[in-house]
Amino acid sequence: MELLCPAGSLPAVKAALEHGADAIFIGMNNETNARHFAGLNFNDKRILQAADLINQQNKDLHIAINTFARPGDFKAWKYSVDKAVDIGAKALIIADMAVLDYAADKYPEAEVHLSVQASATNKAAIDFYRNNFNIQRVVLPRVLSLQQVKQLSRQTDIELEVFAFGSLCIMAEGRCYLSSYLTGESPNTVGACSPAKFVNWQQTDDGLESRLNDVLIDRYQDDENAGYPTLCKGRFKVDDSLYHALEEPTSLNTIDLIPELAKANIASVKIEGRQRSPAYVATVTRLWRQAIDKYQADPENYQADESWMAELGNISEGSQTTLGAYHRSWQ
Amino acid sequence: MKFSLGANQYYWPKATIAEFYQQAATSNADIIYLGETVCSKRRELRQKDWLNLAQELAKTNKQIVLSTMALLEAPSEVMLLQKYCANGEFIIEANDVGAIEFCRQNKVEFVCGQAINAYNAPALKRLVGMGMQRWVTPVELGRDWIKQTLDELDRQNLRDKFEVEIQAYGHLPLAYSARCFTARSENRSKDECQLCCINYPSGRLVDSQEDKQLFVLNGIQTMSGDCYNLSNDIASMKNLIDVIRISPQAENTFTILDDFIDREQHSEYRKLPANHSNGYWHEIAGMQTI
Repeated sequence: MELLCPAGSLPAVKAALEHGADAIFIGMNNETNARHFAGLNFNDKRILQAADLINQQNKDLHIAINTFARPGDFKAWKYSVDKAVDIGAKALIIADMAVLDYAADKYPEAEVHLSVQASATNKAAIDFYRNNFNIQRVVLPRVLSLQQVKQLSRQTDIELEVFAFGSLCIMAEGRCYLSSYLTGESPNTVGACSPAKFVNWQQTDDGLESRLNDVLIDRYQDDENAGYPTLCKGRFKVDDSLYHALEEPTSLNTIDLIPELAKANIASVKIEGRQRSPAYVATVTRLWRQAIDKYQADPENYQADESWMAELGNISEGSQTTLGAYHRSWQ
Repeated sequence: MKFSLGANQYYWPKATIAEFYQQAATSNADIIYLGETVCSKRRELRQKDWLNLAQELAKTNKQIVLSTMALLEAPSEVMLLQKYCANGEFIIEANDVGAIEFCRQNKVEFVCGQAINAYNAPALKRLVGMGMQRWVTPVELGRDWIKQTLDELDRQNLRDKFEVEIQAYGHLPLAYSARCFTARSENRSKDECQLCCINYPSGRLVDSQEDKQLFVLNGIQTMSGDCYNLSNDIASMKNLIDVIRISPQAENTFTILDDFIDREQHSEYRKLPANHSNGYWHEIAGMQTI
């Protein structure tokens, strides 16, 4: 089982390599990747340096080109594909049919992984992408229960990759327009959810208020931890009840599920967080490396260490973690 | 311009559904989309009931399209989808690419639904090759994006290979989740939902703490808080949009439909009602209004 770690900068690449990543995924500093944040990601020079570092250690580089191409600008997506192939990336992570088509046509030998943003949740959808665009791996959206992941794994022999840890998208990825509804910008179109330029914080008599494009997402009292106003994690009203109507601030943590994921023949466990710090990448990579090694040394008696859970909890949204959709009671 | 009734997004009792489609049969709609697209637990009508209804409605002069589920998770849902795509009589609205794969295999023509990420000309070109007859634009795309895409296809002589449809009225489906938010709003999980969506024929409103209407909970679907309303924008759809879709409402659907048909001929500006918006069409935030 491959440990696939995120990096938004060279220091993060180094942290992931140092702490035991088998593979690292990154994106270019343009609108072709779904973590397109200011000050993050790799220009032409940096991406070469990242590729060299990763190659020197015989690890794998995956490049995410996973937004949907804007009309008239397709050259930017072509450029990213060309660049990824040119620097010898092991795999290209793609979502848009247009980009998949381009890659399959121009680079039939390239290894293509279907991005989570393509939202393939079932065998027929996987067949669609496989038969038409020759993909070799599918990154599964965070909407399937563990039972459904197992069923899918029995139905297809394509490589499956799952999200193992990190910020929890609670909607089927690639099919969520909440961000553009509030701000005009979404992961699909510009590669960002709840973009920082629309965020505003204000201390008021009613508490600390977080806003996205002037919409009140949450209001915190002094004893509460304030979190980034990702709009699906706000506190809203349904009739007279005030609660986290969609989801609480929380992170996905499946370190307990490693044996089940291994039995389901999962090829790769992915850590979310290209937008996070090198320190985050180091911690999560180190703990997941320990966990996978522990499982592989003695699969029958695997149990997650309490200390891992505590450390992962500390770097999670809202300092809490969940099994998300893998566990049916969450749904 | 043609006018369609989209698949009903909400969960209504069987009698309400029957009454709605009795009216639809004699309405001014040119195209009727039928079927459950949101949740496989909504079974007031089963597959054979939908097919019977489709056959009944096909006796009118309207085109009938079978709409299929957007989020497929269980193998049983995929099997049901496969049966729809092999029905042998009606074309399919695909809301997941899995449906396109079944249509392709069965050589059935399909409508590419708004839940499929077909964002640009190269993607549409591939879909045309697979049998796409109509493209329902993804909800977040505006006029300029659509126009540029279609111009590009026009230059490749592909524009006349398919029609273009846009949802012009109704709360927009913005997201799909494994979680049922309506059940959550009643403090239950999806497995214990008690089919509670049936108690909310227009979904459940979500307001900010400042009482701004933000979203509508509709089972596993999250919809826009505002009702999307392009009634002032019909003139700017000329030579671009072929089909205007009205999403079925718990009330007044056919009055709204007739109003849109009338507005195509008489396009004077009227201020939109409160909690209606048209931002996406104008390439700004969906919740905003021009």
